[in-house]
Amino acid sequence: MAEVTYREAMSAVLAEYLEKDDRVFIMGEDIGAYGGSYAVTKGFLERYGEERIRDAPIAESVIAGAGLGAALGGMRPIVELMTINFSLLAMDQIVNHAAKLRYMSGGQFSIPLVIRTVSGGGNRLGAQHSQSLEGWYAHVPGLKVAVPSSPYDAKGLFRAAMEDNNPVLFVEHSLLYGVRGEVPEGYYEVPLGRSALSRQGTDVTVVSYSRMAHLCRQVAEKLAGEGVSCEVVDLRCLRPLDLAPVFQSVTKTHRVVLVEETWATGGFMGEVASQIMTQAFDHLDAPVVRVAGKEVPMPYSRPLELAALPDEESIAQAIRDILA
Amino acid sequence: MATVRAREQTLTKKELLEFYRQMVLIRRFEEKSSEMYGRGKIGGFLHLYIGEEAVAVGAISVLEPQDYIVSHYREHGHALARGMHPNVVMAELFGKDTGCSRGKGGSMHLFDVSLGFYGGTAIVGGGMPISVGLALASKLHEGSRRVALNFFGDAAVNEGEFHESLNLATLWKLPVVFACENNGYGMGTAVERTFAIQEMYLLAERYGIPSERLDGMDVMTVRRRTQAAVARARAGEGPSFLEIMTYRYMGHSMADPVSYRGRSEVDLWRQRDCIEFLRRKLLGEGLASAEELGSLDAEVDLAVEAAVRFAEESPFPAPEELYSDVHSPRRADAPPL
Ligand SMILES: Cc1ncc(C[n+]2csc(CCOP(=O)(O)OP(=O)(O)O)c2C)c(N)n1
Ligand SMILES: [Mg+2]
Repeated sequence: MAEVTYREAMSAVLAEYLEKDDRVFIMGEDIGAYGGSYAVTKGFLERYGEERIRDAPIAESVIAGAGLGAALGGMRPIVELMTINFSLLAMDQIVNHAAKLRYMSGGQFSIPLVIRTVSGGGNRLGAQHSQSLEGWYAHVPGLKVAVPSSPYDAKGLFRAAMEDNNPVLFVEHSLLYGVRGEVPEGYYEVPLGRSALSRQGTDVTVVSYSRMAHLCRQVAEKLAGEGVSCEVVDLRCLRPLDLAPVFQSVTKTHRVVLVEETWATGGFMGEVASQIMTQAFDHLDAPVVRVAGKEVPMPYSRPLELAALPDEESIAQAIRDILA
Repeated sequence: MATVRAREQTLTKKELLEFYRQMVLIRRFEEKSSEMYGRGKIGGFLHLYIGEEAVAVGAISVLEPQDYIVSHYREHGHALARGMHPNVVMAELFGKDTGCSRGKGGSMHLFDVSLGFYGGTAIVGGGMPISVGLALASKLHEGSRRVALNFFGDAAVNEGEFHESLNLATLWKLPVVFACENNGYGMGTAVERTFAIQEMYLLAERYGIPSERLDGMDVMTVRRRTQAAVARARAGEGPSFLEIMTYRYMGHSMADPVSYRGRSEVDLWRQRDCIEFLRRKLLGEGLASAEELGSLDAEVDLAVEAAVRFAEESPFPAPEELYSDVHSPRRADAPPL
């Protein structure tokens, strides 16, 4: 096992698919000459050439839509939308088209399209560049939404996305790129729609995904020192959604804390809470607790931004409170 | 008083010196911002306007106080040229309560409604429909008395919003001036690599909009051509399109390694530097002495230092400000609930 960063894991798995399948190409804004806004595709233009590393105009709708069309035409495109904020300009192609063509054609098409994008705040980028909108896409049948929190999951889930024949929104987090973790040398996949039991514990079940799952693991580590035993479930994929490990965990801990970076209203964890109610109500000893971003557009000013985002302390406090 | 003849209007020495002062102010302000970013006082994305000063200064000099400006995220220059005080701009960059957006916006989101300055937005192309709407309100309500001046980058021309906005503005003859700042790049991607038609003014022309390409390194040219466009808008004759050729000397943002272009290209443009160009003109034609310009430079240095001090000494927003201004209150003349 080698220790690599999340960025390195992504670069490596992108290169792997470029090398093993000549129908794979990458298309997006500033992925080539600039090297990718998060340096994931650095050096790719030189290595794979302009045909396969396609610097696209700033035109998200046609980038996503051309990816969809190319997938229909027999390619296996990897589309990059620089951040999930800009994906809103492509939403029509993703939600109205990519998610629907197979179903409304009575199953005539497969759409092997992977759309990589970047979510999350905490970089002082202000209201228009700090959103976590993956939950919106998870709302839509026909799409799959992967939200890896570690280098291992990033690589494994990406392989699963590439082996899939459906449009997959692959959502990375800007503050995870520097995070290190062990990744096996050989081939492995992390299936789409299988949550991970990231840490075993007995007192409380903490459910999260993406960067917040990373934070939850750190909090669990810290709380262990206070004698609190947290079981951490990392969803890894929002659609398809696998809550079996959560239900199972609740039978043991009887308490649940749900953690997400974005707003609670209409947030994805509302769905998780509701399913826990219907599937595991009898096992709960306390109301489900949610930790989420504050219900405001992201402020730029550093103290306000820090107050707007869940952090280790607010997660730890919610866990202490539910056990009090 | 010595004057320079321009086609539409005669610029006085006073006006030219004011252009010089504003351009130097923007440049020093940006250099200082870069320094403050390096010291961790400013965070997030910081997009500098260095090299492009003549565009903001020349174009905005034409506007009346009631006019609108809609800009993008590289907007410090537009804000300063519109007369926003350097103190409140720097304070905004620092995320302080005294900033023009009360610290909530940051570098990419400068606003001042009293100056008709409607941002400062950071989604490429996102300002274009808004400027069309402001112009629509002006036409409907105020006989096109207010003109909307919309700045955007070359890369925005590839967004659908560009085409949607131009079409509607022409169709409805709206008082908007589209000012495309063509600096040759969208982030690290050169115009030649992303445009089927690289003369953007030709695209606009096909929408039936009076359009032209002009030299953005010459503040007098920018002023003259913007003047004609604004006059057309105010006369109810509809939109114009200006493709203003310029160059950013620095990276796209502070995070840009600038690996996509060579030094020699930057040097070539620096030889046509807008501030140097005006300076040579002022000295060459005897419109100003080196001492006069030197004292303007010194005045600007002091203003920028003062802005940093102001920002430094200002408080951060109070914690409860996190929740203020998410929504407006119900309209004052609404029936009682
Ligand atoms: C819709 C959208 N897509 C992508 C981005 C990321 N982005 C920010 S600036 C930029 C380049 C814009 O270049 P241009 O319009 O030429 O303006 P310049 O920066 O050169 O002034 C890109 C791609 C964005 N902010 N919004
Ligand atoms: Mg540009």
